[in-house]
Amino acid sequence: MTVRDTISAVLLLTGTALCLLGALGLLRFPDLLTRLQAATKTQTFGLLLVLAGAAVRLEPRYAAALVLVALFQVITAPVLSQLFGKAGYRTGAVQRPAMEVDELDERLRAEGGQAD
Amino acid sequence: MTLVVSIAFGLLSLAALLTLVRLVRGPSTLDRILALDMLLVLILAGVCVEMAMSQRSLNVALLLSVALLAFVGSLCAVKLAERREEYQ
Repeated sequence: MTVRDTISAVLLLTGTALCLLGALGLLRFPDLLTRLQAATKTQTFGLLLVLAGAAVRLEPRYAAALVLVALFQVITAPVLSQLFGKAGYRTGAVQRPAMEVDELDERLRAEGGQAD
Repeated sequence: MTLVVSIAFGLLSLAALLTLVRLVRGPSTLDRILALDMLLVLILAGVCVEMAMSQRSLNVALLLSVALLAFVGSLCAVKLAERREEYQ
């Protein structure tokens, strides 16, 4: 195995292990919001590591497209998690009594509007 | 490298299995959409591992289109689930 292969192997194994941890969190966590954390971390960091591991072994001009995929994931994952959290809050999938701080509720009471 | 790729695929398969359990168990629609989204990310990771194994880049277009579809699909599904629960 060359040095490149070793770096790629470490990155691939770390990334996939993180994916497994994320799936474990998705299964074990009690609430939509906590599951969201597990899923989003896998989406960003786990996939970034796997992409890096693949990019190390590919030719540089093909690795550029992988950077594009990575950039896209980094941009879209927070947007999606925001949407999930908001929809969960509105539809009652989030356990509000379990929350330590509920800033959205305070803000909604102050403004007298709907969460949107 | 073959061993590494086998282990990586094994880890990803196990992750997909756990995600499928969450997909079946729910409990809310949003949890299921989240599990499906996670499954697509695992597919992306699997395609990446395959690319690292074969050292060919035939699948870059697949990678980009699946990433795009995962985002748009989840976005629409979340919006739809939100609206459906609202009108009930």
